[in-house]
Amino acid sequence: MVALNEWQERLEETALAPVRRTGPRFWALVAFLLAVIGWGAYAYSVQLRDGLIVTGMRDRISWGLYIATFVFFIGISHAGTLISAILRVSQARWRTPVTRLAEFITVVALICGASFVIIDLGRPDRVLNVFIYGRWQSPIIWDVLAITTYLTASVTYLFVPMIPDLALFRDRLSGKTSRWRSGLYRVLAIGWNGNVTQRRSLASAIGVLMILIVPIAVSVHTVVSWIFAMTLRVPWDSALFGAFFVAGAIFSGISILIIVMAILRRAYHLEKYVTEKHFVYLGYLMATFAAIMIYGNISELLVHGYKFAEGVEFHFRQLFLADFAPLFWFYLVGGLVGPIVIALLPATRNVRGMVAAAILVTLAMWIERYVIVVTGLRVPLMPYEPASYAPTWVEWSLLAAGLALFALLIAVFTKVFPIIAVWEVAEDHEATVGASGIARPAALETKN
Amino acid sequence: MDDETTTRSPAVTDTSQFDRRRFLRIIGLGALAVVPLPVLPELIRAAGLAEGQPEPVHDMSAPARTRDGRIRQWTMIIDLRSCDGCQSIGQPPRCTAACIEGHFAPEPMEWIEVFEAELPGGGTRFVPTPCQQCQNPPCVNVCPVAATFSTPEGTVLIDQERCIGCRICMASCPYDRRFFNWGNAPIPPESLLADYSPEHQVPAKKGTVMKCDFCPDMARTGTLPYCVQGCPQQAIYYGDLEEDIATNGRVVVAASRFLAENDAYLLKEDLGTKPRVYYIPGHGEAVGRDAFTPDRQPTEWPWMERAEGAVTWSR
Repeated sequence: MVALNEWQERLEETALAPVRRTGPRFWALVAFLLAVIGWGAYAYSVQLRDGLIVTGMRDRISWGLYIATFVFFIGISHAGTLISAILRVSQARWRTPVTRLAEFITVVALICGASFVIIDLGRPDRVLNVFIYGRWQSPIIWDVLAITTYLTASVTYLFVPMIPDLALFRDRLSGKTSRWRSGLYRVLAIGWNGNVTQRRSLASAIGVLMILIVPIAVSVHTVVSWIFAMTLRVPWDSALFGAFFVAGAIFSGISILIIVMAILRRAYHLEKYVTEKHFVYLGYLMATFAAIMIYGNISELLVHGYKFAEGVEFHFRQLFLADFAPLFWFYLVGGLVGPIVIALLPATRNVRGMVAAAILVTLAMWIERYVIVVTGLRVPLMPYEPASYAPTWVEWSLLAAGLALFALLIAVFTKVFPIIAVWEVAEDHEATVGASGIARPAALETKN
Repeated sequence: MDDETTTRSPAVTDTSQFDRRRFLRIIGLGALAVVPLPVLPELIRAAGLAEGQPEPVHDMSAPARTRDGRIRQWTMIIDLRSCDGCQSIGQPPRCTAACIEGHFAPEPMEWIEVFEAELPGGGTRFVPTPCQQCQNPPCVNVCPVAATFSTPEGTVLIDQERCIGCRICMASCPYDRRFFNWGNAPIPPESLLADYSPEHQVPAKKGTVMKCDFCPDMARTGTLPYCVQGCPQQAIYYGDLEEDIATNGRVVVAASRFLAENDAYLLKEDLGTKPRVYYIPGHGEAVGRDAFTPDRQPTEWPWMERAEGAVTWSR
């Protein structure tokens, strides 16, 4: 019993540590990220002043890096859904320490992704027209609806399981932190004291949310794919696109989660809770999705390539042999075969190997989005010379700023909110240790 | 278990108002926050925020009608037998030039573009290609804000005062007939004095999409579109399917008979877009062009030096 108490104490201390102490390295990181975002803001101001002419996009390739990055970010937002909802539904206990991180990645990625749609607009000053004149027939409106719904749902789904931990912060940090912070925790903990009725309502709320969020997440990325699949472009003309995009989304979501986990594990000394097991299990999941992606690519390419209809020859040439061949082969070999090999080899089946695989997959999935967008538009529609597209410094700067915003929001989050789902980890630990009827700290009070 | 409940009960009653009921209420409010999203457009309209904004069809004249009141259905018939890409006069295609001058179309937009298409057995033909004015228009289907719309006369127009510049219409047009104002468009100063309407897209607006508007405002006053007027070989016919009539400015034909007897075809008919622009197959043979004479003169925009602070871009 004493041992368990000590264990609990250590867990809470680990969760509280980032909030209690902030070193100069954190501030240096924040300053760096803010500088990158500032540079991006400057690039965007240039774009606002001169128009989209400062990008590499033109009439024949009219979407580019911005739309690819939008799809990429919406894709990685599936990290949270997969880890916390799908694995929660299947009661995979190992997921608990990384749940919170995954849920936060979801919210942050959605915010970053949505901003890239605005950045891509020729007339951002008229963005409200979407609400004033929105037409349900347009895939863009489906997207607006799906993403706002998903954002609302994932903020709720981030918040609800965090309530007991917020109460823990409220109790443990009272008087030891700034007034706005105590106020924040008090408000957000919404009077949680851990009694039986509260715990029951919490359990049922989580139960409803985790079921609800899965179809929302699936629909979001399906709808994103329909922006492309609803047009008359040969490479995008595919009924598989929705499912293919959802698989790719979960795939890249896992990879980003592994990377963020590795960084925070080192920064906040979470080695005890986020263990090698988590990396390897997520690596297995990632390899599974790599296999699904390979299957998706084969179906997609074979169905198009076998018939070789008008435009397909040009498309296959640009993918496999010409302009986009280096990118596309990197995606196929590094991004899809790579993670499977890494997960299969015992020598690389460790934290390092999985992080390497995750970096490969993240890169490859951004490249895949980019290749889908640009090659799809590049197939000539009429007898003209194929256009070319290369992102300009403005576009690269805004991509950098988007990634910096993603990192910054996560970094700030770790300083304000519990990054480990303390109560869930404790519950699991108890279940495995098999102890019951022990006295627990006030925040987690129950009547066993 | 009971023991603990009773001993703690005084404390619990104090906070019980924060318990289940408040908890569920907050969860419920969170869920409710999602609900307004689908009805947001209706709410904005109901709140009067949309008032003063142009209605879907902005600044549009009444559709043209036949004498017995039927709405005219504008059409274009392009006789490729008479199109030599203006090779014989050694100039850039005159239809494109007339369109550019009439509409102040910014460089490098060619609302009617003369493509040189390869013939299956070798040689080429010239295909002047305006917006096809589809009756199942992919661009209208995907537009999120109804900035591009079909009119009762069967044309497709763009309201550049509503367009948000998302460019999904450009991705969806299978004929590459849409053009974007990537920067401050190169247009001459006199165009800034024009009264803008979707039927008369002058002056060009940065960050919006433009295309051939089929000149319905001119047709209503009995004037042929610029491209028809500009064609030195009278290869382009303009007319009304409702009254079954078309003219190239020199002869008047019964549209349906003219189309049927000359084996007219549609561009990419298999896509099901149902264009209003018909083509009569040929390679300029009626005006003495040999199918194995390639190339046409590149299109020019006459006013770059007069357009102040303008920039241009490539396609």
